[in-house]
Amino acid sequence: MSVSAPARLDARTLLGPRHWARVEGWGMAVSALGHLVRPRDIDELRALFAFARETGTPVTLRGGGRSYGDAAIGQGCLILDLTAMNRILSWDPETGIVDAEPGVTIEQLWKRIVPDGWWPAVVSGTMFTTMGGCAAMNIHGKNNYRVGPFGDQVLEFDLLLPNGELLTCDRERHADLFHAAIGGFGMLGCFTRIRLRTKKVHSGNLAIEAFPTTSIPHMIEEFEDRVPDADYLVGWIDCIAGGRSSGRGIVHRADYLREGVDPVPRESLVLRAQELPSKVFGLPKSLLWWPLGLFINDTGMRAVNAAKFHAGRLLPVGAVYPQAHAAFAFLLDYVPNWKWAYKPGGLIQYQSFIPRANAARTFETLLRMSRKAGLPAYLGVFKKHRPDPFLLTHAVDGYSLALDYRVTAGNREALWRLCHRMDEVVLAAGGRFYFAKDLTLRSRTAARFLPRENLDTFVALKHRCDPGNVLQTDLSRRLFASHFADTGQQDP
Amino acid sequence: MKLRKKCAIVVGASSGIGAAVARRLARAGWHLALVARRQEALNQVAADIARLPGAHPALVYPHDVTNYDEVPALFDRIADDLGGLELVLYASGVMPDVGPEEFDFAKDRAMVEVNLLGMIAWLNQAADLFARLEGGTIAGIGSVAGDRGRRDRPGYNTSKGAQAIFLESLRNRLAPRNVRVVTIKPGPVATPMTEGLGQMPFMISANEAARQIVRALESSRSTVYVPHRWAVIMLVIRHIPSFLFRRLGI
Repeated sequence: MSVSAPARLDARTLLGPRHWARVEGWGMAVSALGHLVRPRDIDELRALFAFARETGTPVTLRGGGRSYGDAAIGQGCLILDLTAMNRILSWDPETGIVDAEPGVTIEQLWKRIVPDGWWPAVVSGTMFTTMGGCAAMNIHGKNNYRVGPFGDQVLEFDLLLPNGELLTCDRERHADLFHAAIGGFGMLGCFTRIRLRTKKVHSGNLAIEAFPTTSIPHMIEEFEDRVPDADYLVGWIDCIAGGRSSGRGIVHRADYLREGVDPVPRESLVLRAQELPSKVFGLPKSLLWWPLGLFINDTGMRAVNAAKFHAGRLLPVGAVYPQAHAAFAFLLDYVPNWKWAYKPGGLIQYQSFIPRANAARTFETLLRMSRKAGLPAYLGVFKKHRPDPFLLTHAVDGYSLALDYRVTAGNREALWRLCHRMDEVVLAAGGRFYFAKDLTLRSRTAARFLPRENLDTFVALKHRCDPGNVLQTDLSRRLFASHFADTGQQDP
Repeated sequence: MKLRKKCAIVVGASSGIGAAVARRLARAGWHLALVARRQEALNQVAADIARLPGAHPALVYPHDVTNYDEVPALFDRIADDLGGLELVLYASGVMPDVGPEEFDFAKDRAMVEVNLLGMIAWLNQAADLFARLEGGTIAGIGSVAGDRGRRDRPGYNTSKGAQAIFLESLRNRLAPRNVRVVTIKPGPVATPMTEGLGQMPFMISANEAARQIVRALESSRSTVYVPHRWAVIMLVIRHIPSFLFRRLGI
């Protein structure tokens, strides 16, 4: 091997047993065997790209591994786990601007900036995603309709192309690449530095309000009423209840406290005030996934959903209570490893984004189709979105519904068939999909939901930045194998 | 990228239980790497395997398990040569004769080094790989002697008792990664190790022990006494109060 990898990374062993590893999609429904390496800096990353090109080994970029499906796994690939490149390079508490390496997690970020009175403007439902992953997937939060996706908070980034070239991109320099690499699911290059703006907050708490809704149209009405002034809106939907209860749910609204409302912001802007409780009902939370598993079946979830809905109805109307940012934002982290309750088959999430005019009808149809197929979703999460300027964006001027399905050896085939039928309904409604969640789309569907022109532009950029198709994932092979095929061109 | 199925490393495969288990695994279609100090004895086991109908040829790696520093590179080389790995069995063990009045550090040290430290060196490598692969089986040949501090051979009892604790720790550590860790606790088995010790209670042949061990590896059990009756006997012996135990002379 002519590659001179840094001493720690011995090129002779990169493909040997020392680096064999099985990596899983977060939903545990899919995994891949590859060669796992954790580069620590750009030099190592560059050497690994060179090694990959010389040996013809495809490369998969992986951050926190929180994508539900196959977006961060690659069978037989050199899997570059970027979590060791996790330095916060600079933080300015005056401007709220941060420079971070791609492996910095949202947890690291908020813990660093909260004491200075700042909060990440866009976060995922878990704090264990990384900056690189958030940018590559262009994640959104419960405030997507208000502040846009993660990419809208990015001021600039450095992108390392597979040929070793490092480009600094922003809305003016390499603007095409800026708008394509964000949301480009790791296909164009590896982020090595991301400059991000954050949000000034005047308290460690949000003001929360919860109210029940009886149907999806009702939920949309409630959202629309509050959109002009609510900072965060998220809906939970009971996807199992049928008949007149179909689509019932609970909406949570959260608002930042304006300056002066919290008399002593310092008290809630400390890490201690933000940390999630370690016990629930007196039980250590680390054990909770196990009893939770007893409910992960149709009967159990029907009961849990009904109890949740009726408990929500007991809340006094208009009651507003304070909740720490972290507790509101990171619901998925509340019970550690809750996904283990879905073992052994794991779970998938089917999230579709539907223009406003078609949203209610389409989501009602999806819920009905699921119930009719005997495959009810155990969790439904409803959010509002707005369009953004990124090439492969999943966002539309409308709503999304994220549906969690348990996967078993017995239902897998039927579940995939159901998803394919639902794809047609979503496409007919002008809907879109989100690569961070997907595991079931087919290539012909992917080519249809993305505007033709956007996809063509992206493919052209892929051929320009990565002509050898070095960067691959099982998702890219599943959906874009023919689009991204090696062009045969030599790297510049 | 595809790893070959049914690949195993047997450490201590040149004689006794290790050799017998290796022959039985080979008969069941496993691809084997045989590790032990004595090359000739290993070659003999490999030759036996080559004569078994349908068995894959076994690879042979001479190695002294007390050369701990060699283990990581050798482990990698073997896994690479095999093209996959699903099972690592540590069967190396020594039990020098220790007289009733003898307190010999060199002998005790040899037992701890071969039985325990060698096992830790090898199984740590296996643990690291299997945790990454999210699957695999790790097994160690312990002994009923590890269940109680008997008056004979304190060093041997210690090495076997510590082995069991180490394996239990690995098991608890690796369970979330879908890795099985099996502790095998044979009673007396007719092997070169027990030669000359005379008639021992419930002694079985190495072949019979191997049959039961391979069956245990295929089951979902984590601690297996061989033969099973030792599970009952040791349950009783473990519960004998100390003041009584020291008077029993066992």
